[in-house]
Amino acid sequence: MTQGSPEIERLIELMARLPGLGPRSARRAVLQLIRKRGALLVPLAEAMQAVAATAQECVNCGNIGTDSLCGICGNAARATGELCIVEDVADLWAMERAHVFKGRYHVLGGTLSALDSVGPEELRIPRLVERIREESISEVILALNATIDGLTTAHYIAEQIEPLGIRVTSLAQGVPIGGELDYLDEGTITAALRARRAL
Amino acid sequence: MAPGRARIAPPRRHDCERMKLQMDWRDEGALLSARPHGETSAIVEVFTALHGRHAGVVRGGSSRKLAAVLQPGTQVAVEWHARLEDHIGSFRVEPLRARTNAASDRRSLFALGSACALLAFSLPEREPQPPLYAATQYLLDALGQDQGWPGLYLLWELGLLETLGFGLDLSACAVSGATDDLVHVSPKSGRAVSRASAGIWADKLLPLPPCLRGTPPGSTAELLEGLQTTGHFLERRLAPAMGNRPLPAARRRFVEVLAREAARE
Repeated sequence: MTQGSPEIERLIELMARLPGLGPRSARRAVLQLIRKRGALLVPLAEAMQAVAATAQECVNCGNIGTDSLCGICGNAARATGELCIVEDVADLWAMERAHVFKGRYHVLGGTLSALDSVGPEELRIPRLVERIREESISEVILALNATIDGLTTAHYIAEQIEPLGIRVTSLAQGVPIGGELDYLDEGTITAALRARRAL
Repeated sequence: MAPGRARIAPPRRHDCERMKLQMDWRDEGALLSARPHGETSAIVEVFTALHGRHAGVVRGGSSRKLAAVLQPGTQVAVEWHARLEDHIGSFRVEPLRARTNAASDRRSLFALGSACALLAFSLPEREPQPPLYAATQYLLDALGQDQGWPGLYLLWELGLLETLGFGLDLSACAVSGATDDLVHVSPKSGRAVSRASAGIWADKLLPLPPCLRGTPPGSTAELLEGLQTTGHFLERRLAPAMGNRPLPAARRRFVEVLAREAARE
């Protein structure tokens, strides 16, 4: 309890809803913000207000930006003909952190799931097929999670775009950098062995 | 004892042991589904050998380590514990074997999704189904490995219908009693009909390809005919009994994949 200050209590309550935070850690974070009012609280409030006013989904790829077209879709240099399909915006940001992929993205917004009744219409698959036609895409890279739902979605998309006659690839699966064989499950070892290559 | 006051008998020792057994058990089974629960946990459904389809909370089920284990089809050892029998309870899960063989091929991956979704859709909770459990184990192990898995899948759907009380009788013609030249199934009774007895109603009857009677399917088209027949009973008999919910989309997608393949053959 903050001894009768509803504004602060409301802030704690809202902060506690964020992932990774509970009531105790939210209280600590709010206390820290108040102590560093000028350096932290005011700039944070301003930044949040600005993002709340401008953040939106890119109409083309589903990325989150501050314009109707995100920075990647608006950049002509990224029109390499390669299109990387990811499940979520967080995956797109993870790919961008690696600074390896220079093409464009398409965010599905989930995977096909029989249990949760998520079908192709709920995902952005029809829009994907449109984009492949409009943007003269030469290769589609399926960068979906290596889960059963992710693999099912990847195969489904591959089937949908097969008639368009473009190259469809997926990320390799196997031993992660720094991984030790002893700690890997048999599924990963099987995938790694199947995808072995000559040195 | 005061008159009129009900006497509450203390629990007997074997009652306590029975309750203990019901609220704290170990088993193994195939994982059917996992949904996130809160930030770190997951609610999973497992088709177990001795306890049927059973749900439970897995603490830390969203962690990087456990999320890889909680994939549909994975064979897991589970330890279930609850304070009361009707609580959802919590599972401690250990992987026994991943069914990654199914992921090696498009058709087997969709078959795995279809089988797990149908089981999660139709099985009553906490009722053991030993024959169906054995058939499911056999099918999941065969997916992507055994070339005859498509035929096994079809027979597995027949077994599922049988277990749930909608079994087909394909042993003899419903009209004449003949056991030869059975090529149709009645969509109403689920019984076989011979070519001779079908007469003018042949186009209103469902196909009975040899693969529905245990012969390995000769082509994808034949397998599709068999799935058309089982699909009819899944949709018209099973789904209405499940509160008129539509069949899982995973089954339809599996049939679509096969249909595209048949068109290419």
